[in-house]
Amino acid sequence: MDKTKRKKRKAFVEQDMCVSCGSCVKVCPLGAIQIVKGIMAQVDMNKCVGCGKCAKECPASIISIEEVEEEYNEKKLV
Amino acid sequence: MKKNWYDYLWIVSLTYLILGFFNILFAWLGLLCFFIPLLISIIKGNKGYCNRYCGRGQLFGLLGGRFGLSRKKDIPHWMKSKWFRYGFLIFFFIMFFQMLWNTYFVFAGADNLKQTVTLLWTFKLPWNWAYHGTFFHPGVAQFAFGFYSVMMTSTVLGFFTMVLFKPRSWCVYCPMGTMTQLICKVRNRKE
Repeated sequence: MDKTKRKKRKAFVEQDMCVSCGSCVKVCPLGAIQIVKGIMAQVDMNKCVGCGKCAKECPASIISIEEVEEEYNEKKLV
Repeated sequence: MKKNWYDYLWIVSLTYLILGFFNILFAWLGLLCFFIPLLISIIKGNKGYCNRYCGRGQLFGLLGGRFGLSRKKDIPHWMKSKWFRYGFLIFFFIMFFQMLWNTYFVFAGADNLKQTVTLLWTFKLPWNWAYHGTFFHPGVAQFAFGFYSVMMTSTVLGFFTMVLFKPRSWCVYCPMGTMTQLICKVRNRKE
């Protein structure tokens, strides 16, 4: 087992500014974003792969794609 | 992605706008766009209307997206600020009540029916070709002209911001969207 650090990209919503129109939900290929109680959009970090479709679609441009450092175990081949 | 029946509601929105050119009384149907989102937000406490059923949002999404009529630039910061969104909602409300007031005048017989559609609260367009009389009181027609004016005005505004900014820019400052979000916020506060 080898511990490696790899940077992943995830979508982040500026929730205070969200108008909860649902445009992001419609374009997400993984169903990783939801409108919570009609108030704001929320990203499921486990599903999000940071493709950026939602960020491009968001009419208020309040979704950004940011790199997150994630530690995970990677099995070495061989 | 699989399409649902409600992904085609843009056809209904487009048809609504076209029908207003033939008979203004169809404008009454637009009340559905007012009551359905309100009822969904009050009863279910979510923005299901915006998220799924809003034909206008879909229409802008289609024209700006697939038809490429949008520059797809970021909306200016002040347009997504709270004061602008709530300010626009209040302004829209005032203009709406003024329209109801004018309708009341016609119902009361204090004013005559005006066969005009007022665009952007300013420009009065003659619209007499779409009026063929009514079985009811002229006030019924006056409301239709007034309500169609509201719908046309928001379409024109939404179209402009669609071209200038992202396709669904209208959604950012849509008074119905702001109002339903406010209802959801109040309703879900306790939980």
